[in-house]
Amino acid sequence: MKKISLILFLIFGTGIFLRAQDKFYTKTGTIFFKCTKSPLEKIEATNRSATCVLDTKTGSLQFAILVKGFEFERALMQEHFNENYMESGKFPRSEFKGQILNNNEINYTKDGIYKTTVKGRLQIHGETKDVETIGTLTLKEGKIIASSGFDILLSDYNIRIPSIVSDKIANKVNITIDCDLELFKGK
Amino acid sequence: MNFYFMKSKKISLLTILFYVVSSAVSAQDNDLLQLVNDNKPKKEYIDYSFKSTRVIMSQSMELLKPGTMDFRILHRFGNINGGGYELFGLDHATMRMGFDFGISRNFMLGIGRSTNKKEFDGFLKYRLIHQSTGSHSFPLSLVVVAGSTLQTLKWNDPTKKYYFSDRLGYYYQAIIGRKFTDGISLQVSPTILHQNLVPAISDPNDLYALGVGGRFKLSKRISFNFDYYYRFNPDKQGETLNPLSIGFDIETGGHVFQMHFSNAIGMNERIFLSETTNDWGNGDIQFGFNLSRTFQLKKRK
Repeated sequence: MKKISLILFLIFGTGIFLRAQDKFYTKTGTIFFKCTKSPLEKIEATNRSATCVLDTKTGSLQFAILVKGFEFERALMQEHFNENYMESGKFPRSEFKGQILNNNEINYTKDGIYKTTVKGRLQIHGETKDVETIGTLTLKEGKIIASSGFDILLSDYNIRIPSIVSDKIANKVNITIDCDLELFKGK
Repeated sequence: MNFYFMKSKKISLLTILFYVVSSAVSAQDNDLLQLVNDNKPKKEYIDYSFKSTRVIMSQSMELLKPGTMDFRILHRFGNINGGGYELFGLDHATMRMGFDFGISRNFMLGIGRSTNKKEFDGFLKYRLIHQSTGSHSFPLSLVVVAGSTLQTLKWNDPTKKYYFSDRLGYYYQAIIGRKFTDGISLQVSPTILHQNLVPAISDPNDLYALGVGGRFKLSKRISFNFDYYYRFNPDKQGETLNPLSIGFDIETGGHVFQMHFSNAIGMNERIFLSETTNDWGNGDIQFGFNLSRTFQLKKRK
C-alpha cells in the first residue's frame, strides 16, 4: 500500500510539475510610455524590470512593475514623476491582471505570430480600471515574445496635471510593452 | 494487519484528495505573479528627502543627480523693520550666484560668489551612507561637506600688511539625516568653521556649531523648512547671533523657489555662522528668496 501511495504521489506530483511547464515568465520585461504634448519637451520613460507571467493553459496574463523603476532622460523629470504624479512612495507598484480572450486559438506548440485580445484590470496610482487591448504573441524556439501598445488616460487614474504644465503633459499616455518570456521551471 | 491495511488506504485516499485539491487550486491560480516573485526585500535607496540640495541656507542631505547642473540665485533683502520707506527691506539686496554640479550618485560640487564682501566660495559634497530600505539597509544618510571661502574685497586699512591667506576661510560639515516619512525629513549637522583672519583678537578662529534642519511637506509641491545653527563658542562680546531661517519651498516644474525669513545676511557658511548680527527678537529679519533651476547637461542611458 505504501508503494501505491508512492506511485500516486509520483503521478500527481509529476502532474503538478507538468503544470508548471505551462507557465512562461520574465523579470526583465520592457514597458515604455510617453505623454509628450509639446515638441520642446519629450516626456517619456522606460522600465526594464517588469515582471510578466503567462499561463498558456488558462490564458491568464499578469504584469507587475515598480513605479520607481522608470528611467527618464532628465533626472528632474524622474523626480517629479515619482514625487508629484505617481506618488511612488505611497503607490510603489502597478499591476495588470488579465486574460487572453482568444487563448484557445493559440497553438503554443507551434512557432508563429499570434494576434491576441487581452482584457483585464490595470492598477495605477492606487486606481483600478478595466482595459482591453490587442497585442501579439510571437512563439519562437520555446520562447514567447509578448508585445502590445495601448493608450490610457491619466484622469482615469486620478493623476492630476496642474494647469501650469498642461501644455507639456498630455492626458493620454501611450504605453508599449515588450516582454521576452521564458519557460517557468519553478524556483 | 488488517488495521494497518485500513490505515494505509486512508493515507492514500488522503494523498489523492490532497493532490486533487491542490491541482484544483493551482488550476485557478489567481496570482501568477506570486509564483515567480522572490519575496526577498530588495535594497532600495530613499531619495527626495529635500526638494533641493539646500535646506534654506545650509546644505541638505540631498545631492544633485549625476549629469545635472543646478543654477542657483540667492537673494537676501534688507531688514523688514526698515518700514515702508525702505519697502520693508526690498531696497537693499545682496545676492549669491552659484553653479552646482552632480558628478556621480554620491558626489557633487559647487562654486558661487556673493556680493557681500565680494566673496567666492566652493564646496565638495560626498555621501558616505545613503538611507535605504530592504536588505542591508541603513536608516540614515551621512553626507560630508568640505568648503572654502575667499574674500576679494579691498583691504580697508592700507597701512597694514595683509597676506592672501587672510582672505581664506574653511568649513567642514557632517550631515546626518533621515527621511522619516514622505513628508518629514530631519537632519543635524556638526560643523567646524576656520577663519584665518577674524575681526577681533577675542574672536575664535575655529568656530564649532551644530546645525538642525528639516522640511515638512504641506502639499506635493510646497514644503515648510527650517534651518538653525547653535554655535558652541561664539565671539565673547556677543555681537553675533545664531542664524535661524524659516520658509517655504515652492516647486513649479523646472524651478524650486525658496522663500523665507532669516536673520542671516550671509549666503555661505562662513558669513552666516560668523557674521550674523541681526536679532529675531528685535524684528531684524530679512526676506530671502532662493531660485534654483536644474539643467540636464548629460543625457542619460
